[in-house]
Amino acid sequence: MKTFGVIAATCATLALATAAHAATLDDVKANGVLSCGVSTGLPGFSNPNDKNEWSGLDVDVCRAVAAAVLGDASKVKYVPLTAKERFTALQSGEIDMLSRNTTWTHTRDTSLGLNFAGVNYYDGQGFMVTKALGVSSAKELDGASVCIQAGTTTELNLADYFRANNMQYSAVVFDTSDQTVKGFEAGRCDILTSDQSQLYALRTKLADPSTAIVLPEVISKEPLGPVVRQGDDAWFNIVKWSLFAMVNAEEMGITSANVDEMKTSTNPAIARFVGTEGDAGAKLGLGADWAAMIIKQVGNYGEAFERNVGMDTPLQISRGLNALWSKGGIQYAPPIR
Amino acid sequence: MANGEPNTPQTTRTPFWYDPTVRSIGFQVLAALLIGWFFYTIFRNTLINLESRGISTGFDFLDNPAGFGILMSLVEYDETYSYGRTFVVGLLNTVLVSALGIFIATILGFLIGVARLSSNWLIAKMATVYVETLRNIPLLLQIFFWYFAVLRTLPSPRGSVNLGETFFLNNRGFYLPAPVFESGASVAGIALVLGIVLTAVLARWASRRFEETGRTFPVFYSGLGLVVGLPLIAFFAMGAPLTWDYPALKGFNFRGGVRVIPELMALLWALSLYTAAFIAEIVRAGILAVSHGQTEAARALGLREGPTLKLVIIPQALRVIIPPLTSQYLNLAKNSSLATAIGYPDLVSVFMGTTLNQTGQAVEIVAMTMAVYLTMSLSISMFMNWYNKRKALVER
Repeated sequence: MKTFGVIAATCATLALATAAHAATLDDVKANGVLSCGVSTGLPGFSNPNDKNEWSGLDVDVCRAVAAAVLGDASKVKYVPLTAKERFTALQSGEIDMLSRNTTWTHTRDTSLGLNFAGVNYYDGQGFMVTKALGVSSAKELDGASVCIQAGTTTELNLADYFRANNMQYSAVVFDTSDQTVKGFEAGRCDILTSDQSQLYALRTKLADPSTAIVLPEVISKEPLGPVVRQGDDAWFNIVKWSLFAMVNAEEMGITSANVDEMKTSTNPAIARFVGTEGDAGAKLGLGADWAAMIIKQVGNYGEAFERNVGMDTPLQISRGLNALWSKGGIQYAPPIR
Repeated sequence: MANGEPNTPQTTRTPFWYDPTVRSIGFQVLAALLIGWFFYTIFRNTLINLESRGISTGFDFLDNPAGFGILMSLVEYDETYSYGRTFVVGLLNTVLVSALGIFIATILGFLIGVARLSSNWLIAKMATVYVETLRNIPLLLQIFFWYFAVLRTLPSPRGSVNLGETFFLNNRGFYLPAPVFESGASVAGIALVLGIVLTAVLARWASRRFEETGRTFPVFYSGLGLVVGLPLIAFFAMGAPLTWDYPALKGFNFRGGVRVIPELMALLWALSLYTAAFIAEIVRAGILAVSHGQTEAARALGLREGPTLKLVIIPQALRVIIPPLTSQYLNLAKNSSLATAIGYPDLVSVFMGTTLNQTGQAVEIVAMTMAVYLTMSLSISMFMNWYNKRKALVER
């Protein structure tokens, strides 16, 4: 009779189980650490060094959110994910946010139950070939074999581009970007295709980077940004405004070096930003110095860009589209007021 | 005699719930209801959760255009076909590699199993080394070995290894000329089917004649003649309606002809060699299980080693061999899903990989894939059980 009671109670609990409305902010504060989904190793965006310390542009977005919410940018747990499992990990709650050079598309925004919290890198898809092939334009690639990573917009854009130009190709699909590079180096395919930023990053992984060139054609729009689950608007706002804070700081000239003295500034916009005026932080459910913490510990958008993918790094990517709107690019953040 | 009532014993009717039959039926119905309700709750809970998180459900996505290319497809496919089509393509690729793998592994396994029991010391030792090495290295490592070892040694298309202008081997694949059948070729196809049917009938007649009179009939060679000869006659009678499509190097790669991709070759090699090592041990166990008295009796009758094995030992050993052999076949079919590691477009790689990621409908897609593997495995094991029953010796 007793066992029957236990079984009945278990069944009743299962029957009553419904979707818990995710209050991710509370969960993160309770855990004391932010669980952030990143790639398995993409130089410049999310890459571990030999001491398992992660760095990169996407990693800096995670650190910014951790700085805003927990006050410490180092309180992040990085979960490496392949392109195939990244959305499932986010949907199931294994990670709090996904910052993994993920392209913002209609299908992903609507049918997966996810929200994109902004764009931290405007990119496009390109091709990389070996110099020995003697190809200088993507229109000369009819009949080529292409190495791609599974589960990316890259596969779809490639099919569209070749179909639109009446060219044929054969797709060799691998699970991780490392395998695509290995396949390309082994000569299994003529072309390696991915977002242009990834191509520059992957080229540094080749045994002899000077043998490969990136073709000039950019065949698609790839706005890359952080992703969170639907149904949790408070958390969505936090991630969105952490990214906007970094861009706004660069616009206002606030850097990690001068943010402390900016706290005494009388400029109203800067005062609102650092929290000495207004209650922007409280409206997000965070402390008043949320933005100042981000800039102090991670830096503004320009600093993060230069440190990870700028001209002094092996990737040598210029600001281009990712410059501020006032400097010829399209990074534009709404004002904090 | 006073009260003419007969002495009826007092029958106390026990309540029906003490009846063991009623009880057992009752509890079974209750258990079935509980299990059914459990699964229904899980199902409903999943649907509610998916909907509340805004994740789309249902199987409508199977009609949407796929938008991506697949490296190798046994049916016609390009990116305008639907996701349902990618399911079919992946399924056919999996069935292809499993069927070929089972075929090659069985033949190889039998040969090596028998070789290990050979009286020739060198052959026996080589077979032992083969079995021990390949059984003990993880399959994934073997697949990677064959794939990267094969790739690194093969030349690029511009420097292909070729046999005349018809066969080419490079690291994009093995190219063969493709036969192009014109209108009259279907007659040859019908003749082929006819040849196979006639051979089956002939084999049956020959075995019945053997049972009754003990006279053998060369079934194998006459069968071969029928299966090969009839279609050839029909073919030439229709004026040889066959042209060849030769592979030719155009730009980056070869066009035309039939291409066997290196992923398929590597996967097939790795799967067959790995499973053959296990099958060899099963065959050896089966042969050793047959009592040595049978071999001695066969020798006493004057049979040499080959005919002894073929006529006396193997038929008895098959009883012991077939059940574990079924398990190995199932293992091979399921291990073919490791194809995702090297980019062979099988069901898991194409459907549970790319399609799942593009549509995000994990629950439906994983359920479909699991159902496919379950069906495939159940069919293999049903067929093998039927075959086992047929082969079972009827003892007196």
